Amino acid sequence: MHPMTPAPYRVSSRRVDRADTVTLTLRPMGGPCPPFRPGQFTMIYAPGVGEIPVSISGRARAGGYAQTIRAVGAVSRALCQTRRGDVVGVRGPYGTAWDVQAAAGLDVVVAAGGLGLAALRPVIRELAAHGSRYGRISLIVGTRTPATLIYHRELARWRDVHGIDVQVTVDHPDHAWKGPVGLVTRLLDRIVFEPRRTFAFVCGPEAMMRAVADDLVRRGVAAGRVLLSVERNMKCGVGRCGHCQLGPLFTCLDGPVLSYARAAGLLAVPEL
Amino acid sequence: MDTAVADSLDPLIAELRSRGFAVVGPTVRDRAIRFAEITGAAELPAGQGDEQDPGHYRVVERDDELMFGFAASPDSAKRYTQPPRQALFRMREGTVEEAEQEAPRVALLGVRACDLAAIAVQDRVFLGRHPDPAYRKRREALFLVAVNCAVPGGTCFCVSMGTGPKATAGFDLALTELTEPHRFLVETGSERGADVLAGIPHRPASAADVAAAEEVSRVAATRMGREVDTENIQESLAAAHDSPRWAEVAGRCLACTNCTMACPTCFCTTVEDATDFTGSLAERTEVWDSCFTLAYSEVGGSPVRGSGPARYRQWLTHKFSTWYDQFGVSGCVGCGRCITWCPTGIDVTEELRCIR
Repeated sequence: MHPMTPAPYRVSSRRVDRADTVTLTLRPMGGPCPPFRPGQFTMIYAPGVGEIPVSISGRARAGGYAQTIRAVGAVSRALCQTRRGDVVGVRGPYGTAWDVQAAAGLDVVVAAGGLGLAALRPVIRELAAHGSRYGRISLIVGTRTPATLIYHRELARWRDVHGIDVQVTVDHPDHAWKGPVGLVTRLLDRIVFEPRRTFAFVCGPEAMMRAVADDLVRRGVAAGRVLLSVERNMKCGVGRCGHCQLGPLFTCLDGPVLSYARAAGLLAVPEL
Repeated sequence: MDTAVADSLDPLIAELRSRGFAVVGPTVRDRAIRFAEITGAAELPAGQGDEQDPGHYRVVERDDELMFGFAASPDSAKRYTQPPRQALFRMREGTVEEAEQEAPRVALLGVRACDLAAIAVQDRVFLGRHPDPAYRKRREALFLVAVNCAVPGGTCFCVSMGTGPKATAGFDLALTELTEPHRFLVETGSERGADVLAGIPHRPASAADVAAAEEVSRVAATRMGREVDTENIQESLAAAHDSPRWAEVAGRCLACTNCTMACPTCFCTTVEDATDFTGSLAERTEVWDSCFTLAYSEVGGSPVRGSGPARYRQWLTHKFSTWYDQFGVSGCVGCGRCITWCPTGIDVTEELRCIR
């Protein structure tokens, strides 16, 4: 099969997370879902509109990928507007994975900015399911306003049931907000981890990821133990369209998940 | 490799056509030497040459009757290995129908050593981690008749890039045009090539024929219009991301994308989506794209490389540096097309000298 040909997937469920954000469950119309690793993405095609990369947030209980999409452009808007039973095209999964096993025995910091939480969800679920394999587990989340926070119920469950230290900060509080306000990096002061024995998973806007990674490294976390998920214009997912290059890397093949040891120098060059 | 001598190309063209190949060779059209289907040697540009310099291309009369007395055509083999537009698939009511992958049997006559190197580069791009079956099919359907360069152009630098001027691999047949008397030394590079040679009149090459052909390539190698020092080029360019020269060259660059379209190895593409009037049939087409466009690097509504200097840096650094990281070879084969076809005459060889 041609690497650019999608397989038809049916929207088997649609959950509205926020005004502009939905989580779709996508199930292949023929055969089982190909396996995925945490951090990988698929290319989702809205027929006639276009195709975008979307992180896989997990495997739905009834089979299929759970994928969270925020309506920001023509394609994501079309995908957010799909209804149960609609058919979209899916290619993948593609890309590198969060190496959760590498964090075994270490304190774990998971830092999410906005929708970045969707790409980290498979990591958090793994940490929650096998908490005893890891040291202290912290999840820090930054979001624009209380209304843009996704996965409320899961955040509460990860905190209350699984004992993960979950902290949320917002840029712009509303009247009801009693939590922290400001950048997610400020939450690093509110969690407990031993920097020299810490592994971190970071996903969010690039400026946020660099700020968190720099802060962690300054505190003594090895750059090779800080993973982030880099976003570039992934149009094909298979290294043939060229659009997602970051210096020598094809972000779709060599990323999206990169260690900060590899990514720091590349991200520091403006407009690379 | 067998060598032979043939006096005329008409039997070769006829033999290839009888085997079902459309023979595509150089012809003069649109005031340029361009590839088009031919049926006989009379359509080749005998006595015509070209003049190539930065931002300059002219077809000129030669004072001899050489059929291949010119350098790189504005067309490269890319047009045949990776067509400018390719239908990918159609989707209708939940079914996906892959586009028929056309692979016309084409014999390219007059492929230069630089272009053979470019095809080898493309093989690494399209037959790598996610192989493209349509590319493979087109590649297998392509019969390559190389012609060793006798008259390099003013923008040629294949010697610097180690790709020419003599074709050494990747062809079915390779010709060297010889004069007094006019004849062609023919080398076979594949079983298919040997099979075609067996079907046309030829005689064994004499030592004098072989020596004459070697002399053509030796002299051509001394006539490069440009040169590039490739020593340490990958590392030095990767380290030059903050050179002031990027802003200087971007001041002359129109971001017109000509260099990337003319380049035989530039492989970047984008896709076009369309629906029929009812919206129930959706079609997707892949088309050539260029890193000089703003949309190319767009993420979340704004380009990563919004400035001209950043886009020029991306192109040049990819060609001469990060291509090695990605594919283990240079992205440049030294054909000089990007220099000739740049409307403002930007010369990559000069830019490399200034930047490194």
